[in-house]
Amino acid sequence: MTMIFGIPLQAFLGQLLIGLINGSFYALLSLGLAVIFGLLRVINFAHGAQYMLGAFAAMLMLEYFGINYWVALILGPIVVGLFGAIIERTMLSRLYDLDPLYGLLFTFGLALTIEGTFRYLYGAAGQPYAVPAQLAGGTNLGFMFLPIYRGWVVVVSLVACIGTWLLIEKTKLGAYLRAATENPVLVQAFGVNVPVLLTLTYGLGAALAAFAGVLAAPIYQVSPLMGTNIIIVVFAVVVVGGMGSIMGAIITGYMLGIAEGLTKVFYPEASNIVIFVIMAIVLLLRPAGLFGRDA
Amino acid sequence: MAPLLQVSNLNAWYGESHVLHGVDMTVGEGETITILGRNGVGKTTTLRTIVGIIRERKGEIRFAGKDMLGVPLHRTAHNGIGFVPEERGIFSTLTVEENLMLPPVVAEGGMSLEEIYELFPNLEERRSSPGTKLSGGEQQMLAIARILRTGVKLLILDEPTEGLAPVIVQRIGEVLKTLKERGMTVLLVEQNFRFASRVADRFYLMDHGRMVANFPVGELPGKMDMLHKVLGV
Repeated sequence: MTMIFGIPLQAFLGQLLIGLINGSFYALLSLGLAVIFGLLRVINFAHGAQYMLGAFAAMLMLEYFGINYWVALILGPIVVGLFGAIIERTMLSRLYDLDPLYGLLFTFGLALTIEGTFRYLYGAAGQPYAVPAQLAGGTNLGFMFLPIYRGWVVVVSLVACIGTWLLIEKTKLGAYLRAATENPVLVQAFGVNVPVLLTLTYGLGAALAAFAGVLAAPIYQVSPLMGTNIIIVVFAVVVVGGMGSIMGAIITGYMLGIAEGLTKVFYPEASNIVIFVIMAIVLLLRPAGLFGRDA
Repeated sequence: MAPLLQVSNLNAWYGESHVLHGVDMTVGEGETITILGRNGVGKTTTLRTIVGIIRERKGEIRFAGKDMLGVPLHRTAHNGIGFVPEERGIFSTLTVEENLMLPPVVAEGGMSLEEIYELFPNLEERRSSPGTKLSGGEQQMLAIARILRTGVKLLILDEPTEGLAPVIVQRIGEVLKTLKERGMTVLLVEQNFRFASRVADRFYLMDHGRMVANFPVGELPGKMDMLHKVLGV
């Protein structure tokens, strides 16, 4: 049996894959958080709830309307993105002139309200969502068995992350977003409707979270608490990457997912805390994060 | 002929602090107007209130006959008013060319990118550099150039020569003359009196939040005593 660092190769690669899958979710979620924080200066505590809403949207669309996974992958983020946009326009936008703490408290309360409502309606237990038939089963790579759906998640997350990065770095809309992050008043004086830009950004961030939620539905069970479980880790990812850094959020998401996976191979007891240990070290050595502007 | 910009009894506040106390001024089409005054008399506030950045305002601002008081900030440029702030507002996350292309074109008649690069050759050489890597003078050129693309009728400049070397100040003067030849209307606040006297058609003298004098450049020699008194120079 081939060994690597005293560990069977299959176990090593298996955990690497799990790390990569978790990293995909971390990257997608931290990307949305970074986009929202970058422009709105709001620490969106409702991001986990929006991820959960994506998964529930997919499940409920199937249950009530027979809408399949592929359509839900498009419709789910649109519905949750619209919900996010309405929340921003009607409530969050009223808090921009106040201390940033109010935005954090509001989104925290929103997360509790959404999760509480879904717990009341559907209970705390997870509910299954089937892997689409086209992505069922797996393939033997010779050195390991790869479930096709998990491979799909890694690839599509990477495409979504790169697509979002390109949107922000290479388009006119992205230039408005970046400029408004620095000086929203001047961008507005140039003739750009910044309040609408803020609404779009929050909607986009919520849609990204929902997209991750739909992707997660067949892997993890659909549960009202699925967002709470992941969001704390995602905040650590954003801190390590550097608040507001788009590329930092993506790279750090994958990096920390893999670090967590590999820790499970070499020292499983530490796998639940390794990301937070890394966060503490990064905060001590580079408070702005690995890719933060001051770093 | 009605002036392009007419400001009447304009008052403005920063919170509870009453800063402008009834500003009256007019800017005719094609004119270059300079507001002179000591630090803290309300020159920058006047510009920012006209643009709409300061929203606590009362009085009348009419631009091309339209009442601008109820116009939201993001519609000011679409009505034909372009603004270059004192701090220039160059975006560090955008390249020189992205900075240039950022403000939306609001009307026909603005300069093309080629014309802008002809007027500011330095910007073309550094088109891919981050905007804030430019020298202070180049940043000021960039701040002016990006508004020229948009087709606005009135260019408002807040202390365009502040902190710049004499050779750059001279260059900015040449650019303003070129704009004048093209028919652009310019309203600027300036501390550099020599520069102002070279580019302006008419002056407004400001003190304690209101205009205290208004005279064309030809009357400047006869107003020197008053200028010394009000400006303290």
